[in-house]
Amino acid sequence: MPAPPCTSCHTARAALRRPRSGHALCGACFCATFEAEVLHTVLAGRLLPPGAVVAVGASGGKDSTVLAHVLRELAPRLDISLQLVAVDEGIGGYRDAALAAVQRQAARWELPLTVVAYADLFGGWTMDAVARSTAGLGRSRSCCTFCGVLRRRALEEGARLVGATHIVTGHNADDMAETVLMNFLRGDTGRLARGGGLGSPGEGGALPRCRPLQFASQKEVVLYAHFRRLDYFSEECVYAPEAFRGHARDLLKRLEAARPSAVLDLVHSAERLALAPAALPPRPGACSRCGALASRALCQACALLDGLNRGRPRLAIGKGRRGLDEEGPPGDRARPPASEAIPAF
Amino acid sequence: HEQKCVKCKEGPPVVVIRAGDAFCRDCFKAFYVHKFRAMLGKNRLIFPGEKVLLAWSGGPSSSSMVWQVLEGLSQDSAKRLRFVPGVIYVDEGAACGQSAEDRAETLAQVKLVLQTVGFPWHLVALEEVFGLPPSVLCCSVPEPTGAEGAYKAAVDSFLRQQHVPQGEGAQDGSSPAQEQGQLCQPPMQKPLGLPSLAGSPAAAQTEALSRLFHSVKTLTAKEELLQTLRTHLILHVARAHGYSKVMTGESCTRLAVKLMTNLALGRGAFLAWDTGFSDERHGDVVLVRPMRDHTLKEVAFYNRLFAVPSVFTPAIDTKAPEKASIHRLMEAFLLRLQTQFPSTVSTVYRTSEKLAKAPRDGRAAGPRCLLCMCALDVDDADSATAFGAQTSPHFSPMQPPAEARPPPAPCCVPGVGRAQGCCRGACGRENPHVCVIEQLCYGCRVNMKDLSPRPAGGPGVSDR
Repeated sequence: MPAPPCTSCHTARAALRRPRSGHALCGACFCATFEAEVLHTVLAGRLLPPGAVVAVGASGGKDSTVLAHVLRELAPRLDISLQLVAVDEGIGGYRDAALAAVQRQAARWELPLTVVAYADLFGGWTMDAVARSTAGLGRSRSCCTFCGVLRRRALEEGARLVGATHIVTGHNADDMAETVLMNFLRGDTGRLARGGGLGSPGEGGALPRCRPLQFASQKEVVLYAHFRRLDYFSEECVYAPEAFRGHARDLLKRLEAARPSAVLDLVHSAERLALAPAALPPRPGACSRCGALASRALCQACALLDGLNRGRPRLAIGKGRRGLDEEGPPGDRARPPASEAIPAF
Repeated sequence: HEQKCVKCKEGPPVVVIRAGDAFCRDCFKAFYVHKFRAMLGKNRLIFPGEKVLLAWSGGPSSSSMVWQVLEGLSQDSAKRLRFVPGVIYVDEGAACGQSAEDRAETLAQVKLVLQTVGFPWHLVALEEVFGLPPSVLCCSVPEPTGAEGAYKAAVDSFLRQQHVPQGEGAQDGSSPAQEQGQLCQPPMQKPLGLPSLAGSPAAAQTEALSRLFHSVKTLTAKEELLQTLRTHLILHVARAHGYSKVMTGESCTRLAVKLMTNLALGRGAFLAWDTGFSDERHGDVVLVRPMRDHTLKEVAFYNRLFAVPSVFTPAIDTKAPEKASIHRLMEAFLLRLQTQFPSTVSTVYRTSEKLAKAPRDGRAAGPRCLLCMCALDVDDADSATAFGAQTSPHFSPMQPPAEARPPPAPCCVPGVGRAQGCCRGACGRENPHVCVIEQLCYGCRVNMKDLSPRPAGGPGVSDR
């Protein structure tokens, strides 16, 4: 049975049916609609004002590739300039291949690219070193916890290096839906209170961050990349199978099969959550070591690194944050070689 | 080696609660009963002498709840529960596709149990929901919640009343029966005030209900529709007979599943009402969930150890495959995750306690959803639904809403009179269906998509 004509231009044959509305569209119209919706997200939320220097967190994966491409298309209309910032976490066999993709994209799009590496920023701690340090501790390694926190710090550092005013990341609607599911499953009221909005406005000296693809479902991101023939790196991180997010992702896929609008429904729920005032996290202060935003004496990045350096990697993970205030003995054996004091941001 | 109960250190343990706490029979009973009383006691919502309708489904949790109330009312005066109970059982056989014979058999068992319990009871068929007046959708003005002192004062005055007819000395055992006797109706009485259904519901109504449920395309939407209709029916019976509270038997496990399910259904704004201890959205009748601290496992063990009667009825999703509905999926997922992370259910439950009953940005509540009576959580500038062309019928599918359109004026004036339903297209709308959609919350809108696009989406939303 031949495909119906595109409901938008009525001339070309439809190439897909949009998951959220069931409308049949040809490739060109779909891409145009997708870009228009991202533009609307940015404009309606006033996410990127004219003149902004926008650091795009580029991992080489489909989301950041699509994000960079779309923002590049929209840059003249939004009057923004783009910088690609890639983070090298030091995961052998994965990150190096992804970085090669980012290099190609930077060359093709003629955008400046800056690479920041964990090894340089965090005193020699690459993710592989972290994974080795946290291995064999009975339960799962939780190295993904480290990576998430440190990457945000690295992205911030990279953005400052290039003089950016805003940071954008490629989180899509599926990511947001998974996050709210995860936060409920783990009882993380702190994150529930903070999340669900349009990114963070940049408190305590941090750069404002936002996610222009926030309302685009993952399927549509993939379709866009396909129609625009974008070159990206599509393998899964070596450590991904151990992350708790895998459970939430699995659940989301099943929910979507039962009800196609499930992803957007979850995003809507996340936006409308109301937490009791007593459950809200206290106003954050500044980290005593690096000055970044922190809800405790040490920010999460410093606390995690502290734990690693003291040979107690689980120190800052989980609810019982005992021992955080203890001073470790000088010259700890776990400290990786040639380390300096953690740089002031 | 011999294990002993961890609490009293004497009796032989019969059941393990949580991880590694083995209780003997008596300590378990005390633990279980204490949880029930504490849940009622610390919330201080049930006033002495109040009429409370117990919603009994026949299932283990609500059966246990009814039994707790029965035992609680018959204890010695100091710790006796102090409200006036009634029981309601809703026969949902028509919606679940049960045959007339099966329904009759179930009802016979139900009546036996109701007679054993001995409270005034109301046996209603879901078909009766067709006979409800539109006023059932009206949210009446909620009674002002009393200050903290009001509860204490009420209890004190109740106690004083109790002591007056007696002299010094021993408690008169017949006094509780007396005060109950005035308000008690004989168990065999048929409910008054409802459209007369002398025996079983008319075949035409059963047929209509069955057709309605068949016209729903997904099991998810069927479950939600069933809940909505059941709730409205129970509320109506409660109002007709002067009950100001309705107790439902949801356990901790069920509520954790319900919370995650409702999250996935787009009801994030209403989680505190959907899963909290009390749900006051209907105004004059408040729903209360006294079993919310009990896990399903505890309920099952208690019912078995202490022979609590229950009646099994197949539900709308009995024997459905796991991926058939959001409800099913979420339940299977949570129970599976629980085996790997044993604190999952309790973590979700405790998170539910941290939710607040307020609109996120502190606005005063606006118009209410026609179906679920919660304050509408959608406005036309809504970010996520702005792209979800499925929920808002006003955006053309191709143009994203680049300019902010003024929100279309609702054709029906919101307020108490709104329950009269749509103004029958007098507002010039092409499609009365659109009128209905506009008065639904996000979650109910998504459910409506699975109903056939006829105005007869259900009682109260048809063109009355």
